[in-house]
Amino acid sequence: MAVVRRISFAKAIAEALDYEMAKDKRVVVIGEDVGKYGGIYGATAGLYEKYGEDRVVDTPIAESGFIGTAIGAAATGLLRPVAELMFIDFFGVTMDQIYNQAAKMRYMFGGKAKVSMVIRTPCGAGFSAAAQHSQSLHAIFTHVPGLKVVMPSTPYDVKGLLISSIEDDDPVIFIEHKGLYALEGEVPEEPYSIPLGEADVKREGRDVTIVATAAMVHKSLDVANKLEKDGISVEVVDPRSLVPLDEDLIVESIKKTGRLVVVDEGYPRASFATDIAAIAASKCFKDLKAPVKLVTPPATPIPFSPALESEWIPSAEKIEKAVREIL
Amino acid sequence: MAVEEISKEKLLWMYETMVKIRVHEERVAELFAQGKIGGFVHLYVGEEAVATGVMANLKKEDFITSTHRGHGHYIAKGGDIKASMAELFGKREGACKGKGGSMHIADLDVGELGANGIVGGGIPHAVGAGWGIKLNGLDNVAVAFFGDGASNQQNFHEGINMAAILKLPVIFVCENNLYQISLSYSKQQRIKSVAERAKAYGIPGASVDGQDVLAVYEVAKEAVERARRGEGPSLIEARTYRFRGHFEGDPQVYRTKEEIQWWKENKDPIKLFEKVLLEKNILTEKEVSSILEKAKNEVEAAVKFAEEGKLPDKKSLLEDVFSTPTKGVLVWQW
Repeated sequence: MAVVRRISFAKAIAEALDYEMAKDKRVVVIGEDVGKYGGIYGATAGLYEKYGEDRVVDTPIAESGFIGTAIGAAATGLLRPVAELMFIDFFGVTMDQIYNQAAKMRYMFGGKAKVSMVIRTPCGAGFSAAAQHSQSLHAIFTHVPGLKVVMPSTPYDVKGLLISSIEDDDPVIFIEHKGLYALEGEVPEEPYSIPLGEADVKREGRDVTIVATAAMVHKSLDVANKLEKDGISVEVVDPRSLVPLDEDLIVESIKKTGRLVVVDEGYPRASFATDIAAIAASKCFKDLKAPVKLVTPPATPIPFSPALESEWIPSAEKIEKAVREIL
Repeated sequence: MAVEEISKEKLLWMYETMVKIRVHEERVAELFAQGKIGGFVHLYVGEEAVATGVMANLKKEDFITSTHRGHGHYIAKGGDIKASMAELFGKREGACKGKGGSMHIADLDVGELGANGIVGGGIPHAVGAGWGIKLNGLDNVAVAFFGDGASNQQNFHEGINMAAILKLPVIFVCENNLYQISLSYSKQQRIKSVAERAKAYGIPGASVDGQDVLAVYEVAKEAVERARRGEGPSLIEARTYRFRGHFEGDPQVYRTKEEIQWWKENKDPIKLFEKVLLEKNILTEKEVSSILEKAKNEVEAAVKFAEEGKLPDKKSLLEDVFSTPTKGVLVWQW
């Protein structure tokens, strides 16, 4: 009998890591403060005590060095590292290793290399962490061929997707929204995997499709529940992985409802939102009954003051307004 | 190191390897000039003793990471030159199926983790290989090759520091050829030798004449043995010189013809080693000629193989991006 408990998103991550480390001794964790500290969001809690300092490695503040180390170890096939990049905003100091090295090794070497590794990294605003600790930069990774990009929204999804990501033979950028770590939800105790590339309909509806990622999934569900009282039926689709992308399910939903709102915390230009809009325009043109609406932050850095930050983050009001405008 | 302390077999391997690299690189220069090879090509002529002296201490199971000037490392590590030549020609029989070219040749079967188009980019990969070796309880080592320019890069600092902290079996070999493209070494850093930086990481460092293969062999031997014993990483600076430009087509306005000539006449690593081997009666003049002949034949066979190879199938453009197949769209085409 499967045991299902309510646990937090962070605990679900730690469970997935624990399961993989127990199963395969090549799975190792590396990053800043991932050891005794347990990761600044507690996602590696308990691993250091259980697996020791050889397999849970605290590193200097040298992101290019330790992510490059993880890449080299993966390329030899001797290890399957899970690196933690403390904030996605820090990608700038290690991006060469991610997009020129990990992403391209397999292709450049004619299919001979396997870079089996995961980079876990928190994203997201809402904590007055200002411009360099609050961004949602998934589109940058989605842009570069050779990286898989996963962005879960629930404790159940994060456990299953992290297990799949660690067992995947390609480099996976695993993005965790900071606002979700404390979120509790039902998670089976036993291990399970959710295949990369399968979107999930979080709520079925008839009138409008909302495609939303990470924390925006929950905000969109709140709006959908509210609008239901007004007789508006909203479908909420969570892609869960951005690369690979479950285009079929997204297209199917847009064709059913004929209306699309994309809600995403990434910057507006050349973004995940515009990407989904482009799919709608090129594959669902005749099915669309109204213009596609994009609900994103403005193209500004993220401000510190809560008064400004809350204006920056896509709000339930803005999502509701977008839905109502195309009905 | 005195030649008497090294087996004849190893000495001959070193000489043959250096000659093979030289013949290979000079032939590639010709093919490039004829327009048969395109792209950016950085040749190893003049630096042969460094790769050879280091690799003489390695096993097939040891790993190396290479650089944009990587043909010498590939050959000395035991890479197949037919496959690499076909790669330079962009053919499907190439080491990377024509997708990598000169700057990305790799042969994982012999532990060659790849040339690299980004200066310093491969340094942490050798650290990762060393980490994998250590955690798996193996007695192998990993060697990172890089140039003087890379020693100013973040990956040099972060990679060596990481290897030092974790006490990994990694040897960092700086091929200081005195120029970072056009900028001379003395204008890049205040210290006299890159090896001085070892002190900053708490590891041994040594500077060696990179034109003397026996000296390189000796210094690398100590570092490799130390790493195999589990005593951690070392940094070696091999002072060397590239006889050709940074890349083929480099106008070389930053150095004089006289300077290049001086190095060719006085510090040619093959001529210097040949002299020792002849003096010690390890080689005869006749053997010198036959080794050169053999290298030429081998390189010509590789050129023939490459010329007769097929161009890649256009379908292969979309292949080899990912390893694990999935349900959703992975390789996008609108």
